Amino acid sequence: MAWLRLLLALRLSRFVALAGVALLLTSCSLIEVDSPLTTFDPAGPNADRIDGLFWMVFWIATVVFVLVMGALVVILVVFRDRDKDSTKEPKQLHGNAKLEVIWTVIPALILAAIAVPTTASVFDLTGCDPASMRVELTGHQWWFEYHYPDYDIDTANVLVIPVDQEVCLEMTSDDVIHNFWIPALMGKRYVVPGQITLLRMEADETGEFWGHCAEFCGLSHSLMRARAQVMDVGDFDAWIEAQQEPAALPVEGDPGYDGYQLFLNKGCVQCHTVRFDDPESSNIIAREAFNGPDLTHFASRNVFAGATLPGDGQSYAAALTGWLADPPNVKPGSFMPNLALTAQEIDSLIVWLEGNK
Amino acid sequence: MSDVSHDTAVDTHDEHESTGIDNRKLGMWLFLSSEFLLFGALISNYLLYSNRSGFEGVYPAEIYDIPFTSVSSFVLLMSSLTMVLAHNALSSGDQNGTRTWLFATAALGAVFLGGQVFEFTEFIVQFDMTLSTNPAASAFYLLTGFHGTHVAIGVIMLLSLWGISRKQGGLSEKHGLNLELVGLYWHFVDIIWIVIFTVVYLLSVQT
Amino acid sequence: MTATAERPASTIFKRPSTPSGLWGWITTVDHKKVGIMYGYAAFTFFLIGGVEALLLRVQLAQANSEFLTAGAYNALFTMHATTMIFLFIMPASAAFMNYLIPLMIGARDVAFPRLNALSFWIFFFGGIFLYSTFIFGTSLAPISPEGITGNIPLGGGPGSFNFLADSPDGGWFGYQPNAGPLYSPGTAMDYWAFGLQIIGLASLISSVNFIVTVFNMRAKGMRLLRMPVFIWMSTVVAFLLLFSLPIIAVALFMVGFDRQFGTLFFAPTGGGDPILWQHLFWLFGHPEVYILILPAMGIVSEVLPVFSRKPLFGYSAIVFAGAAIAFLGFGVWAHHMFASGITPVAQAAFGLATMTIAIPTGIKIFNWMGTMWGGRLRFTTPMLFAIGFLAMFVIGGLSGVTHAVVPSDWQQTDTYYIVAHFHYVLFGGSVFGLFAGLYYWFPKLTGKVMNPRLGKIHFWLMFIGFNLTFAPMHWLGLQGMVRRTWKYAPENGFEPWNIVITIGAFIIASGFLVFMYNWWHSRRKGVDSGLDPWDARTIEWSIPNPTPEYNYAKTPVITRLDEFWHMKYDQDEDGRAVRKPDADEMLTQLEYEGNNPESPIHLPAPSYFPFVMAIGLPLVFYGVIYHTTPWGKALILIGVVVMLSSLIGWSLEPLEEPLEDHNDGMIDPEGAVV
Repeated sequence: MAWLRLLLALRLSRFVALAGVALLLTSCSLIEVDSPLTTFDPAGPNADRIDGLFWMVFWIATVVFVLVMGALVVILVVFRDRDKDSTKEPKQLHGNAKLEVIWTVIPALILAAIAVPTTASVFDLTGCDPASMRVELTGHQWWFEYHYPDYDIDTANVLVIPVDQEVCLEMTSDDVIHNFWIPALMGKRYVVPGQITLLRMEADETGEFWGHCAEFCGLSHSLMRARAQVMDVGDFDAWIEAQQEPAALPVEGDPGYDGYQLFLNKGCVQCHTVRFDDPESSNIIAREAFNGPDLTHFASRNVFAGATLPGDGQSYAAALTGWLADPPNVKPGSFMPNLALTAQEIDSLIVWLEGNK
Repeated sequence: MSDVSHDTAVDTHDEHESTGIDNRKLGMWLFLSSEFLLFGALISNYLLYSNRSGFEGVYPAEIYDIPFTSVSSFVLLMSSLTMVLAHNALSSGDQNGTRTWLFATAALGAVFLGGQVFEFTEFIVQFDMTLSTNPAASAFYLLTGFHGTHVAIGVIMLLSLWGISRKQGGLSEKHGLNLELVGLYWHFVDIIWIVIFTVVYLLSVQT
Repeated sequence: MTATAERPASTIFKRPSTPSGLWGWITTVDHKKVGIMYGYAAFTFFLIGGVEALLLRVQLAQANSEFLTAGAYNALFTMHATTMIFLFIMPASAAFMNYLIPLMIGARDVAFPRLNALSFWIFFFGGIFLYSTFIFGTSLAPISPEGITGNIPLGGGPGSFNFLADSPDGGWFGYQPNAGPLYSPGTAMDYWAFGLQIIGLASLISSVNFIVTVFNMRAKGMRLLRMPVFIWMSTVVAFLLLFSLPIIAVALFMVGFDRQFGTLFFAPTGGGDPILWQHLFWLFGHPEVYILILPAMGIVSEVLPVFSRKPLFGYSAIVFAGAAIAFLGFGVWAHHMFASGITPVAQAAFGLATMTIAIPTGIKIFNWMGTMWGGRLRFTTPMLFAIGFLAMFVIGGLSGVTHAVVPSDWQQTDTYYIVAHFHYVLFGGSVFGLFAGLYYWFPKLTGKVMNPRLGKIHFWLMFIGFNLTFAPMHWLGLQGMVRRTWKYAPENGFEPWNIVITIGAFIIASGFLVFMYNWWHSRRKGVDSGLDPWDARTIEWSIPNPTPEYNYAKTPVITRLDEFWHMKYDQDEDGRAVRKPDADEMLTQLEYEGNNPESPIHLPAPSYFPFVMAIGLPLVFYGVIYHTTPWGKALILIGVVVMLSSLIGWSLEPLEEPLEDHNDGMIDPEGAVV
């Protein structure tokens, strides 16, 4: 039966080779370019600390993995039945109390070593500094709304925060449970209707970071994304100032006038707030009521429709055209209906919206 | 192949490693242990919601009629006594007595159920507390309704035993076991009610 | 030559007497036939759940893919998980328990044969009830509390297969309020909630049955610590079911009442608490994880010693570790909710509790390796699957430890990292274990051995496909790919690994096709197994294959653990096993005796009532879903009448016999009245 043994050995070595190739592939991918959603590229102290914790556990687990799998492979090779015809049977060992103690105590010690930093960081990373800037986040099917109580600003999809400063998100949901996640800045936290959850966030570099709703929240969960824009303090102050400005009320003859009329007549006013320099004409939807994103500074945000548009390689205007033409077809279940707008109406609306910087 | 027959008994004459408790009784105990957790969850659920403030509408604890519920609780408690008497009567071979006490137990259970129907009607009609008033009300109806369903099933089982006994002119030893099982179930339902009455009614009543 | 013993004519109901044909299967109360039916039903659902998984994988193989509509995707991942957990792994484990518990403890049947059949039929009709959602269910657009309705374009938006969307789409976890009446209107989620309720009842009944069987019906001499580990794990699982199912029953009733009768348990607008659902769900859901894995651990603990030709290393440690896992499993549920905003104290406590589970799990793994150490390893198909289980479970266990590191879990939870983790545990663990068991005990069913060559092809396809599918998911999750995602943006660069994963999924599927062919082929043309094809250790191999209808011609007497092995082997002064000179003779003798009982054997008689009663339950729940219509009310009534009348028939059935017959007041195998 030598050929059988050979076959077996071949198979075993094939398995080892395969495992090796898989490992190699994985390690290759490790040096690949990271996704914008990666957890491996923290941009703030909180995410940094979590990253450190992950790698600590990862390396411990890797050592355990290599030892256990190594032992398993050794066992499989050394103790395989070499001579099927032999009558020599193995020793009938029933156990070994000393070994039992060893492999109970060693994992317990390893776990204890992991438990200490875990517990410490849980307490360090939960809750907020009471002095930190507040942002009230509201989850909607399927977009995030941000309200800055200190500045009375409302915005959507893109969370703007200053660099090197702790920001405290006070989160609640208008409908179902969502889960707010900007991987580069912090782990995720549920956004629960009827309750307030806190998530602290701090960035130590400026830039744009991607996020996503992580809890399944209905039909278009996969299209509920987010961005965080981290600015240095000067830019942030300028942004605040700009956001506090109302939009210019279009008057007849203005390029945005036709679009504004459509906004008034097509039912958009039911959900969307717009603040104008003429407060009489402002359309304010209470935050407690059913609302859509505030459009006062719509064009100041580089993404819309739950931060899903514009997609890869798509121009802003083209994406907006596609969205306005049939929102539910882009985002199934969307509360914004298909208004059956003509191409011309869409163009007019875009002109007005793009003026709302 | 030799003789194989399909009978209702499996090889009862062989020796087994066994707890010594009859299969069906052990099964009933296990089932009741699961039921215990079911009611545990329902009671915790009620306590959780009834202790939250700020709900619209009335809370169950504001409208309890403790004297009335005390009486119906007493009725249910007495039914446990009659159940014991039924069991005793059967052990001493008194078939007539067994039937009487079985019927009395079922009747007391039915009176309790009647009381519950009355209580629910009062709550709904007089105090406008329905399933959808607030979560505390929802939890109250779910808990007491579940318990009531258990009592109703118990009454049906008691009446079936009573019917069988009448038809056959008595309960055999085999059905004696049935009586014991129904008894176990019945006592369990009573004990759960004592807990509900104490925790849900007496301890949370707002005067 | 099967003769039916004379029985007095029935006065009330005739008991069915045909032990063969379709009618024989419907009325059977034989634990082996019930087990086989459980197995076929479970693997049919495995096939369905697998096809669902493949459809999901085709959708995900491409960024921004429009193969499935969003509705169809959400429905398919909900049904995939629900199917695999409740309609495949649980009933497949039940199949093994049904078939093997009486055999391994030396009994003729379970304690309550009719209740056993009832469990199966309730499960079966529950599964059909759940799947009838594809025909009757509806899944509509969400409604805001203000009454504004979301919009779904005709055809469900971009993608195809939208006809699949009218089925439960709130996730197998059914998080509230998303799966509640406002955000999942339509009847599909009702089918889910009530379907699980029905299936849960089936498990509850069988858990009572199995515990009583194990406690009261072991062969003489089989003390608790002489029971095979599979029996131990089955018992532990039965207790887990007994104590966790009532919790989910209450939670599902709350959801059902919210959806059907306007209660406000989980409706935040009315003061309800959606997080309470999560606590209740995971208080059941985490023990459920061990319900899924422990039977497989039991199987592996039987297979490894046989093919290592050594006793299980640290038998009692493995048994107690299993019990410890189950016990601790009730105290870790909130690790599914680390992101939910529970207090840091709770997070730390549940994190630590979760870590402690790694200790008994480690004990098991090391003892299994200790079993193989110094053995004479024979790489048969069941052994390959058992080793595969071991290796994959180590990976799943290690990634599990990373979840216990709470802040790390804040990043990982709800991403594909979690999907990778639990597939390593449930597929690499449970499913590999179940396959090990199928190959190992196939001769007991058929008297044939499954083709080893095809078996090995199956194993390697499964093993390679499995790792191609699930290993890259770790990476994707850490790169930020969230779970339950219908679409992902191309900029994320998730596509290449998703293609690998989809290819892996199809390799798994091809492996399963090989398995199905092997099963079909070996049943007809497999090599005869004889009495003891594996040189096994436990007493179920001391009786002929296929198992005779009556199991044991003579009830065995047990003197030690691994009784059957010690009937064949002595030990020399080195502690090495030495085959007894008369072992082969003894096996021949055993086979003859097993096929030729000396005295007539009474077996439980078949019955119609489990089948009939099980039909009633889904009828009631159909009625509840449509209770506002007159025919819905009629269905409730019909269902109740069906159940009550079969209950009466059931309890009167034993009256066929004279009351004093076969009644020594100690063991009555018939089901209780309730």
